[in-house]
Amino acid sequence: MSEPYDLAVIGAGPAGAAAAVQAAALGLRVGVLDEQQTPGGLLYHSVTRSPLPRDGVLDDSYWEGAPLMQALLHSGAEYLPRSSVWNIDRDGGIGVTRDGQAQIVHARHVLLATGAIERPHPFPGWTLPGVMTAGAAQVLLKGAGAVPSSRVVLAGTGPLLLLAATQLLRAGATIMALLDMAPPGANLRAAGYLPRALQAPGYLSKGLALLGAIRRARAPVLRGARHLRATGTDRLEAVEFVARGRRRHIPADLLLVHVGVIPNTVFTRLLRIEHEWNARQRCWQPVSDEWGRTSLPLLSLAGDGAGIQGGWAATHGGRLAALDAARALGRINRAERDHLAVADRRALRRHRAIRPFLDTYFRPPSWLDDAAPDTVLCRCEEVTVGDVRVAVARGSRDPNQVKAVTRCGMGPCQSRQCGQPLAQLVAAETGMPEHAIPLHRLRAPLRPLSIGELAALQTRDAA
Amino acid sequence: MFRLLSDPAPDGVMLSLDGRSVLVPPGISLAAAALIAGLLPTRRTAVSGAPRAPYCMIGVCYDCLMEVDGVANVQACLTPVRPGMAACTQRGLDAAGHV
Repeated sequence: MSEPYDLAVIGAGPAGAAAAVQAAALGLRVGVLDEQQTPGGLLYHSVTRSPLPRDGVLDDSYWEGAPLMQALLHSGAEYLPRSSVWNIDRDGGIGVTRDGQAQIVHARHVLLATGAIERPHPFPGWTLPGVMTAGAAQVLLKGAGAVPSSRVVLAGTGPLLLLAATQLLRAGATIMALLDMAPPGANLRAAGYLPRALQAPGYLSKGLALLGAIRRARAPVLRGARHLRATGTDRLEAVEFVARGRRRHIPADLLLVHVGVIPNTVFTRLLRIEHEWNARQRCWQPVSDEWGRTSLPLLSLAGDGAGIQGGWAATHGGRLAALDAARALGRINRAERDHLAVADRRALRRHRAIRPFLDTYFRPPSWLDDAAPDTVLCRCEEVTVGDVRVAVARGSRDPNQVKAVTRCGMGPCQSRQCGQPLAQLVAAETGMPEHAIPLHRLRAPLRPLSIGELAALQTRDAA
Repeated sequence: MFRLLSDPAPDGVMLSLDGRSVLVPPGISLAAAALIAGLLPTRRTAVSGAPRAPYCMIGVCYDCLMEVDGVANVQACLTPVRPGMAACTQRGLDAAGHV
């Protein structure tokens, strides 16, 4: 068995990179495990090797991530790209597969910086080739320098949707329509949070710039769009929806959907730490304090995986978690930690000031409004909304029971997509509030593992 | 469905997608290569044979599973292209409904 890390960081986005740089600077032996080929997470995806020119398509809010990712590569932390983590146990053992080789690495402290995923939003036709998330189009743009080549429709709500729209426009994409699916009145309700939002640096001016860019490009924006539907046989042919009381039909080759982001909670749920329902953001999040500490002493959290606060806040949260991990490991004392944390704590407070405004302004539409009985809920096992309704009518009362009866959530993605929608559907069908229906119980391995990988793992452990 | 903003040559990577030779920039994912080459769908499901293609591009949805150099169920969005790589559409069920 190799020497354990002092700190294992899972994820190399802004939170994980900032944490690793901070921890390495304090002399900790740090390992960074990340699925991607290069550091950056989603926000700064491929920023150290992007094929895009520096000026033009992507603005400073992307390129500003490059120095941090370069710092990670030169920090002394052991950076392990292409690492898929499939288990974390409560003693700091981490099951990971890298380049086809499974192994267990050990750490005295584990920091989860696994970020966010785009909020799953099932609707009729969402499994058709040609339907993707807006974040997926951003990954293609940032990582491959690829832009949609034919008719694009964007649908949903959220800052990322607007950002993706402006990036695609600047890259020369043809946007047929941007369907704004925000529930009516969201912007008015958000106005009450404006004074507090003004304390947060940069967000409102950036938002206004995005809206201005979309207006100048004359991309058709259709507000109050509802009942989204993708149609086609083997691939997307048209997007259908209702706007201003009329059923509309737009021929399209690519539909990009986005209704906000939610924390990636697969590891925190695997580790059975406590989670809470965030009513304003309509998602589950793990419980942690301002240092990212959880109920499990060797486990800390940072970034959007601890609760959605955005990429700018994530770097500060990452450094704070690293400082506290260094304290927990005895590298620095409490007073040293507090002294080193002053600037990041202050910055984090200012970034938090934007959340009530953003979360209210971009409140997601309920996917249940768009669902039909034949809407696929579980993409892996092709379980429909109607299947789940039957299971609930026959007595299933939570996602685990529905899974046992229908296979919903039993496929390779392990409910990463259907988990939250299923819990919401069960809540709606049983008349329970959303916060009363927890997500699926998860078990390792969290990624499909081949028998060969497992066998090789046991051989090495025995040796 | 996607096009490159700049020419992949001269350091492009040649790979085979369903037997067709494709030149793409180095370092991109197999899923990106398939979308640039217009390979749709990239798999058919094992449950009903339904067509699927990359959806999330970040390793969450498992809809980009392809067969790569004879190995099935490879997440194309997390797999970088390599020179000489041979990838093909993963067929869950054939037209007769067999796995």
